[in-house]
Amino acid sequence: MNDELQELYRYRELLYMITYRDIKVRYKQSIMGFFWAILMPILIVMSGVVVRYAYSMVAHAPLKTADIASVAIKSVPWAFIVSSIRFTCNSLTGNRDLVVKIYFPKEIFPMAAVLACLFDFFVAAGALMVLLVFLKIGVSIYLLWVPILLATMVIFCVGVGMILAAASLFFRDVKYIVEVLLTFGIFFTPVFYDVRMFGDRGKWLMLNPVAPLLDGLSTAIAHHQSPDVYWFMYSLVFSLAAFLGGFVLFKHLEPVFAESI
Amino acid sequence: MSDVGLRMEHVYKKFRKGEVYNSLRDLVPALTGRMFRGLELDARDKREFWALQDISFEVKHGESLGIIGHNGAGKSTALKILSRIMKPTKGRMIVNGRLSALIEVTAGFHPDLTGMENIFLHGTILGMTKREISSKLDQIIAFSGIEEFIDTPVKRYSSGMYARLGFSVAAHVDPEVLVVDEVLSVGDYVFQQRCMERIRSVIEGGTTVLFVSHNLKSVTEICKRAMLLDHGKVVTIDETDTVIRKYLSAGSTKAIPEANKPVHISNVRIRDRAGEQTTFESGQTAWVDIEVTAREALDKLSVVIWFADETQYIIFDTSTERLGYQPFSLQPGGTYRCSFELTLNAAHGTFHLCTAVHRYDIQKTYDKREPAATIFIGSTMAVRGSVNCFPKLVESSITVSANQPCEV
Repeated sequence: MNDELQELYRYRELLYMITYRDIKVRYKQSIMGFFWAILMPILIVMSGVVVRYAYSMVAHAPLKTADIASVAIKSVPWAFIVSSIRFTCNSLTGNRDLVVKIYFPKEIFPMAAVLACLFDFFVAAGALMVLLVFLKIGVSIYLLWVPILLATMVIFCVGVGMILAAASLFFRDVKYIVEVLLTFGIFFTPVFYDVRMFGDRGKWLMLNPVAPLLDGLSTAIAHHQSPDVYWFMYSLVFSLAAFLGGFVLFKHLEPVFAESI
Repeated sequence: MSDVGLRMEHVYKKFRKGEVYNSLRDLVPALTGRMFRGLELDARDKREFWALQDISFEVKHGESLGIIGHNGAGKSTALKILSRIMKPTKGRMIVNGRLSALIEVTAGFHPDLTGMENIFLHGTILGMTKREISSKLDQIIAFSGIEEFIDTPVKRYSSGMYARLGFSVAAHVDPEVLVVDEVLSVGDYVFQQRCMERIRSVIEGGTTVLFVSHNLKSVTEICKRAMLLDHGKVVTIDETDTVIRKYLSAGSTKAIPEANKPVHISNVRIRDRAGEQTTFESGQTAWVDIEVTAREALDKLSVVIWFADETQYIIFDTSTERLGYQPFSLQPGGTYRCSFELTLNAAHGTFHLCTAVHRYDIQKTYDKREPAATIFIGSTMAVRGSVNCFPKLVESSITVSANQPCEV
């Protein structure tokens, strides 16, 4: 494992180049350019606002700006997770020539896919910041949680991404299953709603490892409070386990990639 | 560092053929089926085959080894194992130093990126650092000869330009071990020559080279020693010429394709005084015997023979009619035989003997065998090219003009 990590470190420039390629190609291909990066987040935020508006109608409570901010804060990282997983899934099968013909650590592909999506995320986050300023959400010390939560999210995506990339190399229908899961995943993840709306049963929803991270972001940014540390630890442990497990599995399967793809 | 550039020790590689489950939709029913019925294990063994069996060889540091063999002999598999793309099922291999593979020179390209961006992308994929690429950038661009289009996306390139840029990047990696697989089939003649030049200079620079090609002539030019593979096994490792002779003599007994043609070439033989032969000396006399059998009655036939070199270029061409013989007619079941006597004034290399039954007045070819046989012509390395003009140096002198100062 140590050797493998060292080798990955030696190839860090390649990780950078493949990420650069993925970003460049995506922005070159679409005339919309940067708009592409914020299109999906905008759609998710808008649907979130619609859903939240419906809640407030039913509850006869006015829709607060903090609620809109919370939906927006959770939507942008959710869009990142969805696109990361979608792109990692195809990251090996979409680079068939390189997998078959040239040797280098292949985990670079899912990693680069996540990093390219992270770039999109930062573009969208820029737009989100403008929105938050407009909604008059102030700053607080709890913003220091944000990089920690995001880092955990990236580790989670890379871990799951490595597993899915390898799985879809062997089984071509994995990507369809993943697509379905991603489409309906939003209903099981507190993006549009808040786990506290479910009272005690909310903890079952927090078992989704993404939930504490999204909830933590919204708590820290919109509500100026510290996220629940225990749930965060749960997500962190889950993400690290996914990363290490994914890495070991990926490295175990890597020697047969070229003949199985 | 030891003097071994690379070594394989008893390497085996097994592949599974036939159906492999590549979707969960197929796998899940198969697994449940196996659970209930119990699949016989030996059925699984039958689907396996060994692409490489007990391959052992060693290339000394700075040496070059050619690998030849028919399609499916295991050449590419061996290279993939050496370049670590595949893992051997059994066995061990040692590679000393940075290995670079010219297996697919454009694999790292992305069509939407410009030539310049692709140089960096492909270079990094091949294991160079960004600094290394920057320092060699001018050389790479100059070698490819496409300075003008370097800022154009490569999807607008012609396939030749594409390949040239790919080779240029790959050729500047400066590896300690270079693995070359059939890359010279790209580009025009001038570029191919430049590639060969580059590989030669890499060898002179002390790089260990492993060279796989169907172009036997390039193998003789580049490698002193060669290895012949057949069905995943090493047949021989020896001097390149000896190995090529062995390769050609093993391949000469090909089955004659049985076709429903009105007339077909039923036998072709190339021989010297002693009998059937596949290797000749330059300038030697050879005889080509051809047998043509008819199923239907046909008139005005001629037999054409020609030699093609490895680029499929026809270097020699003749026919019974052009040699002054009247076209012949055949009845159903009739057989025509003829023998050509040829002086093989060809230079060192391999040549394909091809033959056809042709009717000139209506320009119809009834049967064609391309190639009917492949021969190897050996000559001194003093001559290169396609033909041997048997040169003799009859004068060699230097004249110094009296009023020009000359420094020695």
